Amino acid sequence: MFSPETETLSRKKIQELQLERLKYIVRYAYENVAMYKERFDAIGLKPEHIRSLKDIEKIPYTTKDDLRDNYPFKLFAVPMKKIIRIHASSGTTGKPITCGYTRQDLDNWSTCIARVLAMAGATDEDIFHVAFGYGLFTGGFGLHYGIEKLGATVVPVSSGNTERQIMLLKDFGATALIATPSYAMYLAETAKKMGVLGDLRLRLACVGAEASTAEMHESLRNILGVFPTENYGLTEVGGPGVAGECREKAGMHINEDMFYPEIADIEHNKVLGEGEKGELLLTTLTKEGMPILRYRTKDITSLTYEPCKCGRTLARMARVVGRTDDMLIIRGVNVFPSQIESVLMGMPELGKTYEIIVDRVNYMDTIEVRVEVGDTGLLDDYGKLEALVAKIKHNLRVVVQLDVKVKLVEPFSIKRAEGKVKRVTDLRKK
Amino acid sequence: MLVKQLSVFMENRPGRLYKLTHALGKEGIDFVTLSIADTKDFGIVRFIARDNEKAYEILKKEGFTVGITELIGVEVADKPNALAEVVSLMEESQINIEYLYSFVLTNHNTAKILMRVNDTDRALTILQNKGIKLLSEKIL
Repeated sequence: MFSPETETLSRKKIQELQLERLKYIVRYAYENVAMYKERFDAIGLKPEHIRSLKDIEKIPYTTKDDLRDNYPFKLFAVPMKKIIRIHASSGTTGKPITCGYTRQDLDNWSTCIARVLAMAGATDEDIFHVAFGYGLFTGGFGLHYGIEKLGATVVPVSSGNTERQIMLLKDFGATALIATPSYAMYLAETAKKMGVLGDLRLRLACVGAEASTAEMHESLRNILGVFPTENYGLTEVGGPGVAGECREKAGMHINEDMFYPEIADIEHNKVLGEGEKGELLLTTLTKEGMPILRYRTKDITSLTYEPCKCGRTLARMARVVGRTDDMLIIRGVNVFPSQIESVLMGMPELGKTYEIIVDRVNYMDTIEVRVEVGDTGLLDDYGKLEALVAKIKHNLRVVVQLDVKVKLVEPFSIKRAEGKVKRVTDLRKK
Repeated sequence: MLVKQLSVFMENRPGRLYKLTHALGKEGIDFVTLSIADTKDFGIVRFIARDNEKAYEILKKEGFTVGITELIGVEVADKPNALAEVVSLMEESQINIEYLYSFVLTNHNTAKILMRVNDTDRALTILQNKGIKLLSEKIL
């Protein structure tokens, strides 16, 4: 453990620490960020009304739109002189989301990441190949400083040029990979194609920045021979390092001394209990540059406060099952792309890359899954390929309760992404 | 006694067959046979090359999904009813032919038949007992 004292605090002690920090950050946000002052004043809420952790429920949510409306720096709580770094989200829809960090913020961020890496089993002897983009994206620099804090070696390769990445992985003898899960898969496939899998020394893969499934981790384990763990974070609250999986792989431990998590049923404006599935809200407990209260992550998960077998007492969040905003509604049925992924990744006959195309034909929603064929043993006869299509359809039907059109495509014919991957094309929005 | 055939998965869209044939052609690989069946979305291209192993390596490297299947090959006289005789032998023994194609090489007065059946071992014995000439990869 990187911070053994904090990571094993009793539940009571964690809550005491959180309450103390919550009271502080609420007052701090109220006094230094105009938006929070206006919000609080509008409903007659004062910082001193926050006397218990439960009182957090009196505070309105912060949304992505709030961050956009205050673009670029209006949510900063300190003068620019104190801000020593700025990051921003990719901003796929219009203006990006910005985040400003003070020196203390950067130090805390590195600590969070060092903890997450230690959870994954990394030590100061590991050599980390960082295939996250370096730039405004929080992933590259975030992990970079966390790895340094852990005392391990950083190879800041950044994204792009996959064949060169594989050469470097091999030549530098990297033992740990930092990448998105889809890019890690792509690296694995390419290394296999180049016939150099056996020359790699990778033992860990810390994947993040997009959701992954258990089946994807299993594939990474099988192909790359690594122990894969997932970590979680988002630019709005500072980037990666919010939570990470330990070797037990029984949920991601949240750095609860820095982030206060809640699960909410937004529709009914209700905070849910342990084990209940809903949208994750995060409150930053220590951020000076840009404190955020009850941020709606749109990520759907659940929490458990049971101490983990690894010895940590930090709350754990389940793997994100989907996002409230990437949930597809097909003929009235809610479908998460992750459900489709888990079906496809569970079938060894298939490749690891797929895409989902949603359309509307004659006022009727259609969903098509294109997936690459993986097993050459199927090429004996058409019967086997047709049986495979039928099997995929059946398995999808069981999981998503819908008839899905399935198309087998050639290996490497679906475009690989080097950053965040886009699996779903929804043509209905045109 | 069996003939090795390569099978490649291919989507049914323009340019795909060119990519395959060009990949092999530029490396000097000669086709002995090639057969494609059409379906709506995808097809399997089946072929035998002069140098099957090299063809296999090239296609793997180019990212194709390639499988190897072993077929029964027989040589018959290039005259009416020759194919029917072979087929009837299979039928009498209740052996099902999954697919079959034939070709004639120039300067030969024989036809070659390649087939995949559901019971290769039994089919081989029957053909041998009837004195039908079996092909191996070399004879091609």
